[in-house]
Amino acid sequence: MIIKQLSVFLENKSGRLCEVTNILGEAGINMSAFSIADTSDFGILRVIVSDPDKALQVLRNNHFSVNLTEVICLSCPNVPGAMAKALNILNEEQIPIEYMYAFSMGEVANVVIKPTNVRKCIEVLQKYELDLLKSSDLYKM
Amino acid sequence: MIWNENIECASRDSMSQLQTERLIRTVKRVYHDVPYYRKKMQEVGLVPEDIRTLDDLVKLPFTTKTDLRDNYPFGTFAVPMSEIVRIHASSGTTGRPTVVGYTRNDIAMWAENVTRSLCMAGVTKNDLVQVAYGYGLFTGGLGLHYGTENLGASVIPISGGNTQKQIQLLQDFGSTVICCTPSYVLHIAEVLEEMKIDASSLKLRVGIFGAEPWSENMRRDIEKKLKIKAIDIYGLSEVMGPGVSCECTHQAGMHINEDHFIPEIINPETLLPVEPGEVGELVFSTITKEGIPLLRYRTRDLTRLIYDKCECGRTLVRMEKCKGRSDDMLIIRGVNVFPSQIESVLLEMSETEPHYLIFVEREGNLDTVKVQVEVQEQFFSDEIKELQNLTKKIKYKLESTLGISVTVQLVEPKTIERSAGKAKRVIDNRKI
Repeated sequence: MIIKQLSVFLENKSGRLCEVTNILGEAGINMSAFSIADTSDFGILRVIVSDPDKALQVLRNNHFSVNLTEVICLSCPNVPGAMAKALNILNEEQIPIEYMYAFSMGEVANVVIKPTNVRKCIEVLQKYELDLLKSSDLYKM
Repeated sequence: MIWNENIECASRDSMSQLQTERLIRTVKRVYHDVPYYRKKMQEVGLVPEDIRTLDDLVKLPFTTKTDLRDNYPFGTFAVPMSEIVRIHASSGTTGRPTVVGYTRNDIAMWAENVTRSLCMAGVTKNDLVQVAYGYGLFTGGLGLHYGTENLGASVIPISGGNTQKQIQLLQDFGSTVICCTPSYVLHIAEVLEEMKIDASSLKLRVGIFGAEPWSENMRRDIEKKLKIKAIDIYGLSEVMGPGVSCECTHQAGMHINEDHFIPEIINPETLLPVEPGEVGELVFSTITKEGIPLLRYRTRDLTRLIYDKCECGRTLVRMEKCKGRSDDMLIIRGVNVFPSQIESVLLEMSETEPHYLIFVEREGNLDTVKVQVEVQEQFFSDEIKELQNLTKKIKYKLESTLGISVTVQLVEPKTIERSAGKAKRVIDNRKI
């Protein structure tokens, strides 16, 4: 259930994101989802790719500061109130979240969540029988 | 007014004679009283009797800031601690400050030199002198303070900072003289402008500025904005503090108080004396100081000497405004900053070699420092707040070590240029 997300440190200057995508593209690595967190000086690219270990290696070889972060991916129906239901559960069970980002396709909406405690979060969501994607599902998207 | 005409207008012959006598005495004393100097002289096979004339000065080994640091804190003191009445310190090349001690006679000698400097600047006992240099370990505040009292003028010991208060006292007390760093006085001028206070409504007429390099352009700017005469004063704590030399009202070079400090100019590469009038590194030998006598102390300041008689009537040799440094020391808002200090802070925080770049800018009239630090993987966190905490932590550590405020910017690894030789660590964009 744990998904390896790639986190890359980026300075706020033109062309950096472009370079990361070029490097991953040339290495034959596909990106399934990503988001960028930014401040005035720097940003962090968070990306889910088809082959996280290989991506880590090629980016390191190109002198990026990069690491792998454990996240989970919640899959819920693409209907009103579905996200609220999941968040209510996490709130009641007191599972703190560092950040999240989401994407929806047709019938389903997928939410990548970085909880402070990944294992505890998985436990809670499973208890309430919410649908978590396996890494193999996600990397193939 | 010339404070000590006998000395300040002495003929070259009588000055040389006085310097020779004092040099011989100093060399004898340090050889017998300071193990550090005895060892240094023995290493080059010198005994005190080898120093008989001023020409013999070049035989003596140099002293550097590193020597003072290696003997931290009191190893270069030439008298027992019971004779030391005051201690000052300036920042050293690493975490340790450079420490200097003064005997009662040293303090009196310092006051005399500052009094001479004030007189050179045209200050009299009728003046109100606002000393806006920092008071404390830094020599600026107390140095000017004692010289002003010795002259008999009224000293206002406001110390540095608190610009609103500086302006209030300039208005209410009618200070006629201000002493501070040139960049700080320009800041005061800016605030005056913002407050719509006309500088000609103040009684200020003279400013004595030092502790950092400044240009003729800056002088014109200060003089125009504040409607005062801006005088350059020079000194360094190792040698004494402010008042080693000072300009007279002709503003044609700083008169060195050479009955106390013998100047030489050397080539910083070959360490040999340069041709007369050539630019090189300024070296001082103190010949009256008791606490820490220094033989051939390398100041790292680049300048040249002018031996012609000045229009003011003084014969004391003059040094030009300093043209730069022969090492990598930066002077930021009057504070000495060495890139190596920044390096040691970063080293403490990580296991690997730190890569950093220092940007110095002049925004308005105040110097700002930005330190770029490469985010190595061991620093890198996926969370913004962790990276911001890291930035804050580096900033806090740098500020407490350097004593000035800095901004810290995290950059990607390998973005700071590597070089095979000495890494370029400083980009100084100040137009001084």
